[in-house]
Amino acid sequence: MENKVLRGKAWVFGDDIDTDLIYHNKYLAETDPRKMPQYSFEYLPGKENFAKEVKEGDFVVAGTNFGCGSSREHAVYCLKYAGVPVILAESFSRIYYRNAINNGYPVLFVKGLSQAIKDGKIKDGDDLEVDLEKGEIRDLTNGNSFHGDAVADLEMDIMKAGGLIEYLKEKAASK
Amino acid sequence: MGKTFAEKVLGKAAGESVSAGQVVIVEPHFCMSHDNAAPIWGTFKKIGVDKVWKPDHLVFILDHAIPAPTDKHAENHKQIREVVKEQGIRYFYDVTSKGGVCHQIMCEEGFALPGLVMVGSDSHTCTYGAFGAFSTGIGRSEMAATWATGQIWFRVPESMKITVKGKFNKGVSAKDLILKIAGDIKADGADYMSIEFHGPAIEEMSLAERMTLCNMGIEIGAKNAVCPPDQKVLDFIKPIAKTDEWEAMWADEDAVYAQELNYDLGDIEPCVAKPHTVDNYAPIGEVKGTPVHQAFLGSCTNARIEDLRLAADILKDKEVAVRTIVIPASWSVFRQAMKEGLIDVFLDAGCVITNPGCGPCMGNHEGILAPGETCISTANRNFKGRMGNKESNIYLASPMTVAASALKGEISDPREVL
Repeated sequence: MENKVLRGKAWVFGDDIDTDLIYHNKYLAETDPRKMPQYSFEYLPGKENFAKEVKEGDFVVAGTNFGCGSSREHAVYCLKYAGVPVILAESFSRIYYRNAINNGYPVLFVKGLSQAIKDGKIKDGDDLEVDLEKGEIRDLTNGNSFHGDAVADLEMDIMKAGGLIEYLKEKAASK
Repeated sequence: MGKTFAEKVLGKAAGESVSAGQVVIVEPHFCMSHDNAAPIWGTFKKIGVDKVWKPDHLVFILDHAIPAPTDKHAENHKQIREVVKEQGIRYFYDVTSKGGVCHQIMCEEGFALPGLVMVGSDSHTCTYGAFGAFSTGIGRSEMAATWATGQIWFRVPESMKITVKGKFNKGVSAKDLILKIAGDIKADGADYMSIEFHGPAIEEMSLAERMTLCNMGIEIGAKNAVCPPDQKVLDFIKPIAKTDEWEAMWADEDAVYAQELNYDLGDIEPCVAKPHTVDNYAPIGEVKGTPVHQAFLGSCTNARIEDLRLAADILKDKEVAVRTIVIPASWSVFRQAMKEGLIDVFLDAGCVITNPGCGPCMGNHEGILAPGETCISTANRNFKGRMGNKESNIYLASPMTVAASALKGEISDPREVL
């Protein structure tokens, strides 16, 4: 995992963004993760432009229960391979969270983010600065700041290895 | 201090006493995959292991898109058949009359057993809690890793105790109860938690009703959902159990819960989840008269023989006003429905019956909606666009409410036609 401070634009979402909105059923037969970003958020009103306009380094910012619903890993790949370096959300659904960790994809748990989004304290297109290591998030557009908690324990070890498969390989090699 | 169900089962699997919050690494028993066994195989090969850890622990059940509607699906199915041969997978349910919806097959074929830790690469794997199993959905990478190593990590969940008493009034069923719970605690109300259903009303419920409750645990964020492995469960599983490694386990009386809820079935009324979230609860009176274009009686939530009977009672000698798609959860349910004359009831009423499988539930085929159309469905998800079109609406309801609505072509109160 990189320690550097990341800069990028915010794509802001509400609560309970489900896996069908992130990556629709229609494209589930696709098995190549690199082809998945083109379908991101196709079914989410107001975010249909995400797949075309997202730039490498942009952040996904969301409220509670991000990724609820299906176990599809496509919903992680379609953002990871779009170049979104980290997802900032107040909370994640359990399976989405596991899928992110198991793919070495960073997530930050940001207390109060759901309400901040509702209050307009962080908006689409805001410039963000995110220190992954410290969990510090600064909205450079309006000066607001937030704190995010990274994962810990075994989850952190898996993240550091780059994902579950890499973690298992490392473990096997060190035996 | 007593232990919850999750603490007991995960503790047994880990070989130590565990409490909520602790991370354990355990060997799961049965590992279920459906059509996504194909991409999981792709990931598995990257790990650098040649053989799956225990071929007899893997169960493959094709159900998401069967028979294959596109060449891509056909390719995936073909690959799964090759993997089955190469790895010597014993439990494989292909496109045959032994198959059906994966979660239904897992339960009716004796894989879902008390006290087992089970995983599936499908979010509704939590269904097997109806038989006292600790079962939960996982992603594809995790499933590939589990095939390779026979191990999986879990954070021992906090638990939520839902105690249910009383009796359902006429026209009300388990689906109405779980939709009410979802409306009360919201879609993230049980995030990461293990839900335990307790109380005399749960004991009264059929296994089919318990499956409906546990199936929708994931819709309120739960890791797993479970009912007590009582005599009803034991009588069912003993003749069909696929292994004798199961053990009936249940929470201690003095277990500690993160949250406790109480329901009286007498207070539950027919209801729906309005578009586009499961927690968008409305009692039937509030939505009565909403026009529908399609009714769907199927899915892993509500397509068992008990569900078909309830719907057939309402449809008997009547005719549906809108296209109505009936998909029994498995071929054995289909056969039973034939024996009981239910298939005739549905056909006489004008319903279309398709082969057991997931059908239109996640918008693959067999009943995709057009823009502006509304479907009333017995399934578990009404996410925007779930049934294939983002300009369509889905209302979730019980089999009785779906049947009553099919008759009128608008959302209807089943109590008025019973």
